Amino acid sequence: MVATRPWLRRLRQVLARRPHHAVRASRLLGRSVVVGGALAAGAVYAVDLPEDRADLMYHRYDGGGTRADGPAVLIRKKVADRVSLSGSYFVDSVSNASIDVVTTASPYKEKRTEYTVGGDYVYRDAMVSLSGTTSDEPDYKANTVGLDVTQEVFGGMTTLSLGYSRGSDKVGSRYQGFFDTAQHWRYRFGVTQILTPRWLMSANLEAVSDNGYLGNPYRVAQVFGTAVQERYPRTRSSRAVKLRAVGDIGQGEQRAAIRGEYRYFWDNWEIKAHTVELGYTRYFGAQWLGEAFVRYNTQKQALFYSDNAKTETLYVSRNKQLSDFNDVSVGAKGTYSLGKYADRFDVKLNAQYQFMRFRYKNFTDIRDGSLYSFDANVLELFVSATF
Amino acid sequence: MSRSLRVLAFVAGLAGAALLGGCASLEPWVQPYERERLADPIMRLSRDALADKHREHVYDVRESSRGATGVQGGGCGCN
Repeated sequence: MVATRPWLRRLRQVLARRPHHAVRASRLLGRSVVVGGALAAGAVYAVDLPEDRADLMYHRYDGGGTRADGPAVLIRKKVADRVSLSGSYFVDSVSNASIDVVTTASPYKEKRTEYTVGGDYVYRDAMVSLSGTTSDEPDYKANTVGLDVTQEVFGGMTTLSLGYSRGSDKVGSRYQGFFDTAQHWRYRFGVTQILTPRWLMSANLEAVSDNGYLGNPYRVAQVFGTAVQERYPRTRSSRAVKLRAVGDIGQGEQRAAIRGEYRYFWDNWEIKAHTVELGYTRYFGAQWLGEAFVRYNTQKQALFYSDNAKTETLYVSRNKQLSDFNDVSVGAKGTYSLGKYADRFDVKLNAQYQFMRFRYKNFTDIRDGSLYSFDANVLELFVSATF
Repeated sequence: MSRSLRVLAFVAGLAGAALLGGCASLEPWVQPYERERLADPIMRLSRDALADKHREHVYDVRESSRGATGVQGGGCGCN
């Protein structure tokens, strides 16, 4: 109730200004009516449930001899006034002729199908989310359950989140069937803070622990120039910290925002990685929304990674994902609002394209001995409807 | 834990307690009516969950770093 007087003072100031502020004033008036009504009814939910939404997407990754594409669907719907249920379906049809495959085996095709169901429950300033995901490939099956709790504090200026996921995988190969398992535990903590009326930032921390078969049965390492089966540790533990800031830099009626993100990652395989992403978003008229972004990721190799090991060690891998490399991305996204359909569905057409370049510092193309690099194109085309 | 780490943890604890003590008198300095710009879709950290999930999957399969993205991942698909 302390905030009532400044709020009314602000409302009077807005009403006294130029005519185009009348829209904003009416929003404030509307809000005061809504809040007043809610107080009278004795039911105030400070945390909003996610809006009802449906997405239909085609996605495609093409690079380094690998193509993965397919459809994806997401539907989210409120049930009563405190619960939101969601379900998604995601397909990756992979045709793989990557350098790992063409230098040691035969190109292959396979399909991964993923289903996720989830539910969010709002109670006062808190939201509890439960989700379950199952991912199915001919040689890899993964099941994950997750629990997340979000709590708004400090007058809604700070949002705290805590989460936990537990994954259980079955690992197989085309030749042996399912022969081993892997388990994953993820613990996450996040804070989102409103800094000013134009800026907000977030900090996220996540710890991941793995146990079981963490390698790839098809890939081989090189020791003294001879191909040998890769040998991975059966445990891994990693930490990641991510900081993000978003700011509104629009002037007058023009709305635009910039964002910056940085993540530092480290694990007990002695991999260390830095990732930076910068983005710019703005409206073009009433119907178009455009975004441009750049991303840079660099990492140091795992302790047991070797392009061609010169000593025999307990663990050895030639997985280029564990090597010393960097990748750069530039991308753009466009959203076109089709407007209301059937007086209920707010429909948008979206397209996002990203160009990626990977450069490896100690992974050679064994066909010609040169350091390996490749480019990739990532595309997402989707229709979204909020209702 | 080494002695220096214990001392560091103690100092960090004291500093944290002092900072939290200072919070007791803090009031929210951005009022709800001042958050109109923050509510705009362009200010969201994740605007399209499905597209973000695909991007994160592309990174997860090719980079070693993982986690702290704010996007909840599913299965592996790493083979």
